[in-house]
Amino acid sequence: MTTTRKINVEEKILSANDRIAQDIRQQLADAGVFAINIMASPGAGKTSLILRTVEALKGEMRIAAVDGDVVPVDVEKIATQGIQVELINTGGNCHLDANMMASVMPRLDLSGIDLLIVENIGNLICPAGFDLGTDARIVIASVPEGDDKPYKYPAMYKGADVLLLNKIDYLSLQDFDVEYFRRGVEALNEGVTFFPVSCRTGEGLDAWFDWLRQRVREKRATVAQAK
Amino acid sequence: MHELGIAEQLLSLTLRHAEDAGAEAVTRLNIVVGEFSSIVDSSLQFYWGMIAEGTIAEQAELHFTYIPGKLRCEGCGVEFLFREFDGACPSCGSVRVHMSDGDQFQLESIEIKGPGDHDDNPED
Repeated sequence: MTTTRKINVEEKILSANDRIAQDIRQQLADAGVFAINIMASPGAGKTSLILRTVEALKGEMRIAAVDGDVVPVDVEKIATQGIQVELINTGGNCHLDANMMASVMPRLDLSGIDLLIVENIGNLICPAGFDLGTDARIVIASVPEGDDKPYKYPAMYKGADVLLLNKIDYLSLQDFDVEYFRRGVEALNEGVTFFPVSCRTGEGLDAWFDWLRQRVREKRATVAQAK
Repeated sequence: MHELGIAEQLLSLTLRHAEDAGAEAVTRLNIVVGEFSSIVDSSLQFYWGMIAEGTIAEQAELHFTYIPGKLRCEGCGVEFLFREFDGACPSCGSVRVHMSDGDQFQLESIEIKGPGDHDDNPED
């Protein structure tokens, strides 16, 4: 006879994504590559930060980038720095997911990379839910967006490992309460690493570069130890 | 577009559990969504109709339980809604607060029709 019954599942809906992300994380760990996933709203300064970062660090480490976008404009900009940049054409999708990331992994020679930079799609809602297998999630906020963003988009700030507040050179022109902004973030994500920067003037970027240098060194050391 | 990728993952999760249970049809999905998780709205039901077509889950009704985001004050211990938060605890004014609820995004259970030797009532 046919019956109706209830089956307990109690599984995270994005568990398939998380499994693929875990595979990617393992590949990166085996190769000793430190990877970051950069997320922000459009215009917050993702590409500017990447350009500044590559310019500052390319002499001391091997860097590659993955760019999620519909048009290759940012890819071309980043490629002018002389590093490998791979485009994930997202066909209008609003975020990168682990499956898209997995599709680009075979095009990267991991043994020749120390730092992998993933530029996510400009959006403060969708990318937050999707683990890409990177080591750190970097969220960029910018002063012109206003100090209330953590109160409006909690999911993005909750999952950040590092938060950069860009365009601090605008602080004198605008009512932006840095403490109010930080309290919103701290409520969701206590102790998050925070760097106020200006990609335009370069202010504050050295602390971000030092943080990256340190992480890349640590990741490489884990592989050296294993050998 | 965001909901499409989620609908696909939801479908594969549903079918795996339904097939394991020998289901002939899936009638309902019980989904728990916290305010701090990815945004999901009614368009998920729309995408479900598209991607589940032709599977045993195509007629399933998606049922959402929304969990509001909450914070707890480390100063006075009171729990309050995230939407009441404006930089400090609304009760004592402390700025030491942290997330206490609303992070869920999971498929809690599914309801299926299928051969069975017992008459489980899903409302039990």
